[in-house]
Amino acid sequence: MSIDARIADDQPDSFAFTRENEAEAKRIIAKYPKGRQASAVMPLLDLAQRQHDNWIPMKAIEMIAAKLDMAEIRVLEVATFYTMFNLKPVGTYFLQACTTTPCWLRGSDNMMRCIKDRYGISSGETSECGRFTLLEVECLGACVNAPILQVNDDFYEDLDYASTGALLDSLEAGSPLPVGSVTGRSGSEADGGATTLQELKPAE
Amino acid sequence: MLKDEDRIFTNLYGWMDSGLAGAKKRGDWQNTAKLLKLGHDEIVERIKASGLRGRGGAGFPTGLKWSFMPKEVGARPHYLVVNADESEPGTCKDRDIIRHEPHKLLEGCLVAGFAMRAHAAYIYIRGEFVNEARRLQAAIDEAYDAGLLGNNAAKSGWKFDIYLHRGAGAYICGEETALIESLEGKKGQPRLKPPFPAGAGLYGCPTTVNNVESIAVTPTILRRGADWFSGLGKENNTGTKLFCISGHVNRPCNVEEEMGIPLRELIEKHAGGVRGGWDNLLAVIPGGSSTPLMPQSVCNTMTMDFDALKEAGTGLGTAGVIVMDKSTDVVKAIARLSYFYKHESCGQCTPCREGTGWMWRMMERLVRGDAEIHEIETLEQVTRQVEGHTICALGDAAAWPIQGLIKHFRPEIERRITAHRTAVAVEAAE
Repeated sequence: MSIDARIADDQPDSFAFTRENEAEAKRIIAKYPKGRQASAVMPLLDLAQRQHDNWIPMKAIEMIAAKLDMAEIRVLEVATFYTMFNLKPVGTYFLQACTTTPCWLRGSDNMMRCIKDRYGISSGETSECGRFTLLEVECLGACVNAPILQVNDDFYEDLDYASTGALLDSLEAGSPLPVGSVTGRSGSEADGGATTLQELKPAE
Repeated sequence: MLKDEDRIFTNLYGWMDSGLAGAKKRGDWQNTAKLLKLGHDEIVERIKASGLRGRGGAGFPTGLKWSFMPKEVGARPHYLVVNADESEPGTCKDRDIIRHEPHKLLEGCLVAGFAMRAHAAYIYIRGEFVNEARRLQAAIDEAYDAGLLGNNAAKSGWKFDIYLHRGAGAYICGEETALIESLEGKKGQPRLKPPFPAGAGLYGCPTTVNNVESIAVTPTILRRGADWFSGLGKENNTGTKLFCISGHVNRPCNVEEEMGIPLRELIEKHAGGVRGGWDNLLAVIPGGSSTPLMPQSVCNTMTMDFDALKEAGTGLGTAGVIVMDKSTDVVKAIARLSYFYKHESCGQCTPCREGTGWMWRMMERLVRGDAEIHEIETLEQVTRQVEGHTICALGDAAAWPIQGLIKHFRPEIERRITAHRTAVAVEAAE
């Protein structure tokens, strides 16, 4: 039994950066003044997470602490404070659904319901097939394109029940829809045509 | 309505090339060295004269903030830190600057950094903006390759470096001292002030933290003149502003408009109007989730600027306009915000750590009406115990939406409590 429910019980025996990531870690540490290498702790945790199937094992925490000359507890403290660090496995597709008020007003409940109907999962759970993990998250900062579902690194915007289903279909088939708005908006302009800057719009 | 020629962010929607070539065509990086020839203090004076107030929420005069930096560089280097941790519910404007106008931000960093005698800027971008961070890093790399950053930035003779730092999911890091803590590799827990960052900020060095939009508009202000900027908007509320209009409008969008635009005009001209028409409007949260909501009666004549909104007991904040029509369960809408603040409290100060959870649980009971009438007053009192009693403004931000709800929608809360009591009595009788 783990001391913290957020931390996986099953841990690998070792962790090391790949040669490529070792070089990347050096580049990251060089961004900060000499003696301030602790600043690199978040980027290195992110690097470890990306190398290790989207979750950070305890051995990586130990390795990063040693590399940055930090106490292990300080690194663990950072890893548990910030919500984007996963300390236990998640599915291949990590679905982070924004349900904060602006998304909720635009129907984030429907997006959540679609995911639940399909995989029977609620926030914090992984589908039986193991490929989909759902997490309810706080404001993703794309409120005029609400509701938003973040799939791994990518934002899918302007979703409703049906388009959430279509998105999940595309993920299951292994050929995800193009990132961004599912209704064809190019960005944050009003649906059906922007009210400003039209003259500057290049001809199609 | 603001004319396109007075808009700063002409590639707001990303229709054109966001790279260096496209940015140069839009006027970015043109004669940047000449702007720097104005000298450190003259740049600060001109930004002061433009009336620019910080675009991150508090509305503090940007030029004045810069002037707090020491005039001489001592043993400790100066730093510019750009707050790109955009996380205030309702706000999504910096995202557009980062992905579609990154060079305006980078040139602004050089100009602002030079003005405050800094040789380095750190841009702290929220972790979820992965693709946006990639775009911004690509723009930084391009700028280095073109000699616009580095040892002789834009041939100005000034050494200037920009580093991108990604956060990892914590709203509190939008608070400037929490951001600095996070940048130093710690938990994002705000610091007591004083000392203010201009005295002792990042690594204990003089630091100024500015919002993305505040920095990105400065090169254009210097090029077109402080008079041009101060001629737009209203007195003490000058210039243009990016507005984010979300919620129950027909066509949610971001748009750059003049400060002081009437709220109704903003919603009807740019966002296709309120769903079901203006008369179907229930309430608007005008400046991101922390600002108290306004019922329709207040919205009718409201203008969107710092002073008018402050006078109405709310605020312009980040200009994230959240619109709610009459179908909205307004108690639930605010309860969801209470959950947000509970989730995002860093846990450092007791009134906030305990208060945000308490207020959220109370709000959930009010959603169901499972409360006593006098508890509304208790809740109001608790918000006053949290407000102003914490190191940073997150406690205030958690208190204000509830205060706004009680101020304007007390009859709705009372109606629910009465209805719930009746339902329970009927059930007991059966």
